[in-house]
Amino acid sequence: MCLAVPGRIVAAAADEATVDMQGNRLRVSTLLTPEARIGDWVLVHAGFAISTLSEQDALETWEYLREISALEPAENRGEPDEAPLRQRES
Amino acid sequence: MSPGIDTLRSDLRRLCERVGRRVQIMEVCGTHTVSIFRNGLRALLPANLRLISGPGCPVCVTAQRHIDAALTIAARPEVVLATYGDMLRVPGRLGSLEGLKARGACVEVIQSARTAVQLARNFPSRKVVFFAVGFETTAPATAAAVLEAARDNLANFTVLPCHKRVVPAMEMLLEAGDVLLDGFLCPGHVSVITGAQVYRPLVERFGKGCVVAGFEPAQILLGLVRLLHQIEARQPALENVYAAAVRDAGNPVAQELLQRVFVIRAATWRALGEIPASGLELAPAFERFDALRRFDSTLGPDEDDPACRCGDVIRGLVQPDECALFAHRCTPSAPVGPCMVSSEGTCAAWYKYQRTARSPLGV
Repeated sequence: MCLAVPGRIVAAAADEATVDMQGNRLRVSTLLTPEARIGDWVLVHAGFAISTLSEQDALETWEYLREISALEPAENRGEPDEAPLRQRES
Repeated sequence: MSPGIDTLRSDLRRLCERVGRRVQIMEVCGTHTVSIFRNGLRALLPANLRLISGPGCPVCVTAQRHIDAALTIAARPEVVLATYGDMLRVPGRLGSLEGLKARGACVEVIQSARTAVQLARNFPSRKVVFFAVGFETTAPATAAAVLEAARDNLANFTVLPCHKRVVPAMEMLLEAGDVLLDGFLCPGHVSVITGAQVYRPLVERFGKGCVVAGFEPAQILLGLVRLLHQIEARQPALENVYAAAVRDAGNPVAQELLQRVFVIRAATWRALGEIPASGLELAPAFERFDALRRFDSTLGPDEDDPACRCGDVIRGLVQPDECALFAHRCTPSAPVGPCMVSSEGTCAAWYKYQRTARSPLGV
């Protein structure tokens, strides 16, 4: 459950930001990453940006997440460990 | 940019040949365990390199007494119990949250601690209890939720905190001395918060190499290559191959939040027992948010099935299929032991990815 997923900040206000994760938009707290700015990539875990990340590292991670998502048999999708891939705005 | 898988594999093969003897590395993190199984990495490893899955699934190691406390509190009609999805199927002595939800209790699956606070705001007539599990990666979110509730004076919000710290469990395994380990592949996203520095005592006190790695296959293989280099040179060290996200000092804001909201206490790990300084409880200033106090709950006993060998699996003494319950009485849909409960548990990963080759049932 310690998986964190990269996203790019597309809007920010105070200690909140809207993060784009390959088309999914998620509102996250940037309380833990006060240095993060619009356009930055962050690692998101449990609704919080926990670290900033370079674009190259973020894109490599997404490439891997897409690969395993495509490899996974359909019956296995939707398990808790897959949840971050489909995280909805909450 | 990491070197390619093929290069890493041949590096690993060459290093393992040179070391010659059997090498045992523990991958501490459940996310590593799942990635290793999902990508078939075990099959790619040289024969004398054995990976042991450590106690790195916070869902699995949550003690029955805490599951039971969550069940007792969630059974109250005025309560909304909010927790992460992985917790729903974990059996305590009194059943599981999934079963209780099916019988009509209000159990909400959330993906962010902030949602629990929002629930308390949206439903002022209900008592919202956040059953909070997770390692250092997840605990700062709980700390932030508590601070938000304190700031807004949310009287109907409490937390049942079951957060755990990874390093004390690693130290306990080494102190017990029954697992022969040559080094640790350290968790990536825990280390984003704690920093790579937290593993330094394991290197200095116990002489075990520690390499922090991300969860992608190339990262895991690179971590193993670095560990094997250390083992060959007999020079255990602290290394970080996941510098993309992990700094030596970690995330100072998150650490400050943890220090403000929590105090470090001993905690009971399912199948491992009590480990000193491995748990986070609410600091005195935030005790009013402690669900156990608010609902005057006491923690009951833990009663693990005597045939269950999860404790030995977590300690790396046996493999899941050496347990008599595995794939018979204990399956992901009806888990007996903690390692089968969460998809990141060693037995569940083994069941999902490795069972067909070994199952006596052939299913």
